[in-house]
Amino acid sequence: MAQIKVEALDKSFADFHAVKAASFTVEDGEFLCLLGPSGCGKTTTLRMIAGLELPTAGTIRLDGEDVTMNRASARDIAFVFQLFALYPHMNVRRNIGFPLKCEGIGAAESDRRVVEAARILRISHLLDRPVSGLAGGDRQRVALGRAIVRKPKCFLMDEPLGALDTEMREAMIHELRALHDRLGATTVYVTHDQLEAMAMADMIAVMNNGVVEQVASPRDIYDRPASLFVADFIGSPPMNFLPFRGNLQAGAQAIRLGESDVVIPAAREGLPESDLVLGVRPEHVRFADRGVVRGEVYGSEYLGTTQIVTVTTRYGALKARSPASMSFRIGENVGLDFRPDTLSIFERTSGRAIRTVLHEGGAHG
Amino acid sequence: MAEVEIRAVSKAFKKTQAISDLSLTVADGEFVALLGPTGAGKTTTLRLIAGLEMPDRGSIRIGGRDVTGDAPADRDVAFVFQQYSLYPHLTVFENMAFALRAPIRRVPEVEIRAKVREVARLLHIETKLDNKATQLSGGQMQRVAIGRALVRSPAIYLMDEPLSSLDAKLRGEMRLELKRIQTDLGATILYVTHDQTEAMTMASRIGVIEGGRLLQIGTPREIYENPINAHVAARLGQPAINLLPASLFASVPRGAMTVGARTEHLTIARSGGDVQATVKRIEHLGDQSHLHLDLGGQPVVTLSDPEAKLGAGDIVSLRLNKPLFFDADGGRVAA
Repeated sequence: MAQIKVEALDKSFADFHAVKAASFTVEDGEFLCLLGPSGCGKTTTLRMIAGLELPTAGTIRLDGEDVTMNRASARDIAFVFQLFALYPHMNVRRNIGFPLKCEGIGAAESDRRVVEAARILRISHLLDRPVSGLAGGDRQRVALGRAIVRKPKCFLMDEPLGALDTEMREAMIHELRALHDRLGATTVYVTHDQLEAMAMADMIAVMNNGVVEQVASPRDIYDRPASLFVADFIGSPPMNFLPFRGNLQAGAQAIRLGESDVVIPAAREGLPESDLVLGVRPEHVRFADRGVVRGEVYGSEYLGTTQIVTVTTRYGALKARSPASMSFRIGENVGLDFRPDTLSIFERTSGRAIRTVLHEGGAHG
Repeated sequence: MAEVEIRAVSKAFKKTQAISDLSLTVADGEFVALLGPTGAGKTTTLRLIAGLEMPDRGSIRIGGRDVTGDAPADRDVAFVFQQYSLYPHLTVFENMAFALRAPIRRVPEVEIRAKVREVARLLHIETKLDNKATQLSGGQMQRVAIGRALVRSPAIYLMDEPLSSLDAKLRGEMRLELKRIQTDLGATILYVTHDQTEAMTMASRIGVIEGGRLLQIGTPREIYENPINAHVAARLGQPAINLLPASLFASVPRGAMTVGARTEHLTIARSGGDVQATVKRIEHLGDQSHLHLDLGGQPVVTLSDPEAKLGAGDIVSLRLNKPLFFDADGGRVAA
């Protein structure tokens, strides 16, 4: 098993700057998700770690050893792709054993490892079946089996669940995480699906336009987003943003929003008057007749235990997560309050989160 | 708009029975969602109504008229497909006006312009009308595809997972928009999806379909709170309902083999409940935290109260609060 250290990694394709000074460390046995929208550079970063692309600048260390310019085959890693390319003419056993055959490992040892991999993935009963008749989830398990028989130092996975339908994906999320807990292999996993990342990762690196905007635990990413982009990308529905203009003194415990004072986590830095944004998660919006913001109910979406209520206000449409037992009329005039200790404040132009007591509690400054 | 009625329709493709004796009425102005997994027969149902498939048995009526033998063009339905196929060489306006310009419709040009503009405004694409269809983002293209159906005023809109190709965020926005537009226009919509959130948030009624059969139809709240069997109960709800052996609990109704417990059916305390469980882990998904428990070897997943200070290894006490009960075949048992 291994630690992966990526330092100031850069990659350009002709005029296109795909990855810009990406740095992060994946500790031995850790599960890190590279998360971001399509085109953000996450797959390119993964391919550089694998050795399928060479970086323009920067270094990649595997257990301290500089492997930046090593061939993919010399890196002792296993790659699992989104589209599981299985050999259609081979059965499950031979598909899983194929990488071992290529490495010239003896039949007895190979067979032992294939049986072991199949047991871990709970596909022992399928070993002698042709792969062509398998369901999507089982095909993906075979693809995983082919990666784990090699006992590599680490796994790199590029949206391995992207081709599965919702239900199978949810089941596989838990299976993959359980597999990781059993094997303890260092894993880098690329996805654009925040729920996958939140459910599986120990650490998440959020990428946008080639830049790693934040590396932190799922909880910190959610509770203490480092930028507007991260706050907007994570969460369903995403964080509400209320633009306002104001200044901030170090130690301030409230901001002025329209005619109201809104209590915030104490500021740890001061700012001259500028364009700022108040960020509130939907579950931290409460209905209160004397709330700091007023608006009109635009619609509500029933979700069983909870509902999402959309309210049109002078700051735009705000979403609140409420118990499903509350009832609302479209067009109803309501007041909204925000849970003070959870609020974030951002600089509008740079998108940077302002340092507050809340944001200092996290792993980043 | 009009009422659409499917009466005892069956359809087989060679040996595969796609639809079995399915009856369903979509009332005028109603938004009905058919919810089911891949292969449940959702899309076949839409295609039967559209006339793209012929039923083996049963009939289809639109606005009281039997259309079972009619060609698709004579049925007055508009279909929105999962994959939007726009004409790449035409502008957004021309794409949307295309159906109205069909020779058999003879819609005056002034009316076409007015209608396209009105729908474009509803869909927030009025500034894109002169763009080539290919110069749009995926979300905008899907809106044009929906717009192309909305400019007509058919008896019913048939929508086949129209939001599934959009990213999560856009999908969330479009759900609310589509519901608003449907309410404003009083449109009749039959919408098929495998996404429970789409069905729950948009539909006036949800039809749960599986293996070509309609298992239950009702309002989202009815289906969620009062499912007829364990299968339907498992289709709605996040985290999914916990289906636990009744033997784990002291008092259950006669005949109950399984206890179905959602988050709201479970009260978690340090002590004083009906049964004890061990906290395995707490999964922080952001807006929600899932509490994973071990109850006599059975996994239980429930929403965790963010204020509850629980950690792995803690012993908690569970109390059931009006859960659902199911018999050996999965059917509901009265509490």
